[in-house]
Amino acid sequence: MKSLEELRAIRAKMQGKVGVRAENENQIRVVVGMATCGIASGARPVLTALSDAVQEQNLSEKICVTQTGCIGLCQYEPIVEVLEPGKEKVTYVKMTPEKALEVLRLHLLGGQVVTKYTLGAAQNSL
Amino acid sequence: MYRSHVLVCGGTGCTSSGSQRIRERLEKEIAANGLSEEVGVVKTGCFGLCALGPIMIVYPEGTFYSMVQEDDIPEIVSEHLLKGRVVTRLLYDETTKTDKIIPLNETNFYKKQHRVALRNCGVINPENIEEYIGTGGYEALGIVLTEKTPEDVIQILLDSGLRGRGGAGFPTGLKWKFAAANEADQKYVCCNADEGDPGAFMDRSILEGDPHAVLEAMAIAGYAIGASQGYIYVRAEYPIAVKRLEIAINQAREYGLLGENIFDSGFNFDIELRLGAGAFVCGEETALMTSIEGNRGEPRPRPPFPALKGLFQKPTILNNVETFANIPQIIVNGPEWFASMGTENSKGTKVFALGGKIHNTGLVEVPMGTTLREIVEEIGGGIPNGKKFKAAQTGGPSGGCIPAEHLDVPIDYDNLKKIGSMMGSGGLIIMDEDTCMVDIAKFFLEFTVDESCGKCTPCRIGTRRMLEILEKITKGQATMEDLDKLEELCYHLQSSSLCALGQTAPNPVLSTLRYFRDEYIAHIVDKKCPAGVCKDLLQFKIDPDKCKGCTLCARTCPADAIIGSVREVHMIDSEKCLKCGACIEKCRFGAIYKE
Repeated sequence: MKSLEELRAIRAKMQGKVGVRAENENQIRVVVGMATCGIASGARPVLTALSDAVQEQNLSEKICVTQTGCIGLCQYEPIVEVLEPGKEKVTYVKMTPEKALEVLRLHLLGGQVVTKYTLGAAQNSL
Repeated sequence: MYRSHVLVCGGTGCTSSGSQRIRERLEKEIAANGLSEEVGVVKTGCFGLCALGPIMIVYPEGTFYSMVQEDDIPEIVSEHLLKGRVVTRLLYDETTKTDKIIPLNETNFYKKQHRVALRNCGVINPENIEEYIGTGGYEALGIVLTEKTPEDVIQILLDSGLRGRGGAGFPTGLKWKFAAANEADQKYVCCNADEGDPGAFMDRSILEGDPHAVLEAMAIAGYAIGASQGYIYVRAEYPIAVKRLEIAINQAREYGLLGENIFDSGFNFDIELRLGAGAFVCGEETALMTSIEGNRGEPRPRPPFPALKGLFQKPTILNNVETFANIPQIIVNGPEWFASMGTENSKGTKVFALGGKIHNTGLVEVPMGTTLREIVEEIGGGIPNGKKFKAAQTGGPSGGCIPAEHLDVPIDYDNLKKIGSMMGSGGLIIMDEDTCMVDIAKFFLEFTVDESCGKCTPCRIGTRRMLEILEKITKGQATMEDLDKLEELCYHLQSSSLCALGQTAPNPVLSTLRYFRDEYIAHIVDKKCPAGVCKDLLQFKIDPDKCKGCTLCARTCPADAIIGSVREVHMIDSEKCLKCGACIEKCRFGAIYKE
């Protein structure tokens, strides 16, 4: 080890990973439906894409990506719910890894709900 | 990159309840479900709730599973890790008391705790240096070597108010200052990991859960006093701790955090392990250093103090594991942060190994000044089976007991001394109304008699004579003169023993005499043991009104001491009775009692 910068580079690399183990009430919770219906329609790549991106971008202390069972809207799977403390729950439906990353960028980081992917938009278009 | 981390405790407590097998099965099941790329299994150090082991935590949810059995693993993997459905029946019952699952840090056990020395225990994989660095590890060493002078470091420690966690509570900064002031061609930094108090295991848990914190602090100490060599004196009875320390030292060398020219500052420091054979006296600083030198572990008179002439006759500092574990945090967060916790003269937090008659046995870390009542009733979950609190023993064989009347005293170095006990290394054994205080004093004396090194007469012979008197008392053969003699011996040992082992050996007797003299007198004058422990003073009897003559007790008795036939009142032959208590456990009518 030759300098503090070198140490801090390792720390930055590891922080996202170890940060997954942080418990924090103010975290934004991102929940992916991972029941049989969700898995069948492709929830697993969505979950891993979100989880990897959060860790790579060192956001794991702020955002907690986790899975849940069947939400009851099987025809809309894969479903991703965003639960932000003090705000109303946002439900995104028919997610793909690409759409999920868009949600991460625009909503979780940008604070702008991606209306076109929400449950409301999907139901209106029927 | 893993989306989920499963942390399985790999401390000594959970290893002995089978966590190794659980980890292997877990890895197998995860692979069978095709989750190897998504879920990582991490072996960590101690979580603190050892009684509930094996313990497993699943992140990012923070789900805490206790008493996990191997057969539970397939369910955890297929339900929780794959489908996200928590296996509720395995949750720690404290988290499921209400309808909603509450987070771990809001349970009674963890709520009042404040983890500084234990901050990484149960969080990181202790065998991976990068995880330690990821939680801010070695930052303190980097700051110290690149931005601070040795004097700055010592000043920070003095300002923080940190005192030694090994027993005596000497200010750490002052110790370093003395050693730094002495000129020598070589100086040494030693870590006392010879944890010997019965019931204390915080040092072991720190070494097992966060070994790099100790290495980092020792390197900081080396820089502050001008030493280039460190030794960790650890018990060979701690195999997991020894193995993790070896791994940690090798990794630190590999990353250039030990060795030559650390952080390009020109500072060299290396650490070696020395294994102790488990002699209690080697926890005493001069005996410990004598043992590192390769000689028989016996203390020597002080002065000269180790800061002047220590290991190999060179200036040496010796600190305890827990003391070291606090130091990197003090450097990174500043002395004011540390001094903001605790009481006037005792800053920071203290780890206690909670044991005995208490619901949650395990490790707890609380700010100094927390009361014993908070530890026992809130964190510890109270005393099982509805029994009453009688006393708590702190400081092991060198400490004393705290009776119920002092439950609300804020625990710190000075208050404990005032009420006749001591902090010691932090063993905290809770005793209920079924404990005989004379018997407890005898237990600790037996320990010191065994562990006395024999170098000085007061300790070698004095402890033996004290034990003999205590044995006489518990057998009902002592007189009041014996009690006076016992007390007199206590004061002689305190004033004339060579080292702390002998000087503090009378403490358990003195403090039980101070608070429970009536129990001693009951043994001597009435020939009775009020708690019903001392067998020679007990008689087992059957209440004729309650006995239904079921013969269960007679069939259980290993000594055939119970006489009686079916549907007739039974009797115990006190000549034959071994007083083992087997009959009391079996009797369904509560007819058998001790007197």
